[in-house]
Amino acid sequence: MGEMEQMKKEADGLKTQIEAARKAVADTTMSAASAAVAPAPRVQLKTRRTLKGHLAKIYAMHWATDSRLMVSASQDGKLLIWDSHSGNKINAVPLKSSWVMTCSYAPSGNLVASGGLDNMCTVYNLKTPVVKTVKELDAHTGYLACCRFLSDSEILTASGDTTCALWDIESGKQKTVFLNHVGDCMCLSLSPDMNTFISGACDSLAKLWDVRDGTCKQTFQGHTSDVNAISFFHNGNTVITGSDDCTCKMFDLRADQEVISYQDAQLNAGVTSLALSVSGRLMFAGYDDFNCNIWDTLKGEKVGVLSGHDNRVSCTGVPPDGMCVCTGSWDSFLKIWN
Amino acid sequence: MSNNSANSSSLVMAQRSVKQLRLEASVRRIKVSQAAADLKSFCLQNAHKDPLLMGVPSSDNPFRPPKSCSLF
Repeated sequence: MGEMEQMKKEADGLKTQIEAARKAVADTTMSAASAAVAPAPRVQLKTRRTLKGHLAKIYAMHWATDSRLMVSASQDGKLLIWDSHSGNKINAVPLKSSWVMTCSYAPSGNLVASGGLDNMCTVYNLKTPVVKTVKELDAHTGYLACCRFLSDSEILTASGDTTCALWDIESGKQKTVFLNHVGDCMCLSLSPDMNTFISGACDSLAKLWDVRDGTCKQTFQGHTSDVNAISFFHNGNTVITGSDDCTCKMFDLRADQEVISYQDAQLNAGVTSLALSVSGRLMFAGYDDFNCNIWDTLKGEKVGVLSGHDNRVSCTGVPPDGMCVCTGSWDSFLKIWN
Repeated sequence: MSNNSANSSSLVMAQRSVKQLRLEASVRRIKVSQAAADLKSFCLQNAHKDPLLMGVPSSDNPFRPPKSCSLF
């Protein structure tokens, strides 16, 4: 019992130390530092494509690296592969379990993956004459909330069982398990150099992990509810999160703290998804109130809105070439805007 | 006996928690002003390559055909 008290005292001391160290470097705020930056232009994007084909709520979408193809997942039990330029469907992959929550396109374009309430991540090969299941990655004891390929042989998953995992696809085994969250893991984002990734969870925290050794390197607090969406900035030093607390936040990894909060008194809807433009200046955040708001990431101001969906915007994505933004919704449609 | 095992697993968790906090406390932090400056320069340097920020002319827009049709 003496030892427990000692541990608690040390833990409290360390937390105080961390807070003090963060305060010590907080010599300004992002919005103060950006006061002199010219405002981003008022962004008015038009719907260029409405992709119709799903028969139920869309839960996820992900762009291929060619910036042309994309995969979407719906609880109608299908993954659809789209050619965004023509608007045509290239492939339809029937899912064993229709309760899908995430999908991902491999950087090579050869594979896609999906998963959900079946607790598994299923990997499919798109290049065989008929789409084939390559592997069912089965070890999580909770739902699969997010998955992202590192290559054709490795994939990262985030699960409702509070863990994230790095899998070897060929063997179907977990190479590394990332343990530290105390709430369902909801989202993950790989750093541009692929050595680290960041996860968001229902414990309202975001955590930075080393992909290879499994250690949690940093923890970011600030949100007061589930972190549903997360994305690395393209410079690899900053991360943006979106939460059920109706705000998005930017955390700087090197300053180890929140540097700006994207919020509005009139916004009372949780953030479901987010995506960044290629320079990072614009952030597209999807909300429960059917809109996608566009934020100036440096100044913390709203600069536009994408309205057009008739239900919650559940997923957003900007392709690598940055030419457009795609929104997917519970109204069963995907829209492409630029 | 069950009390002991409950105590020892809480102790293990507390030890893990302290170990993690020690790791996180040892992070080297830079000043927010430095982080902000780097971020600003990144965004501004890449702004001209950002189609959503700059706008996409119809001729280059794969989602919009160029205005070459005439209506009589």
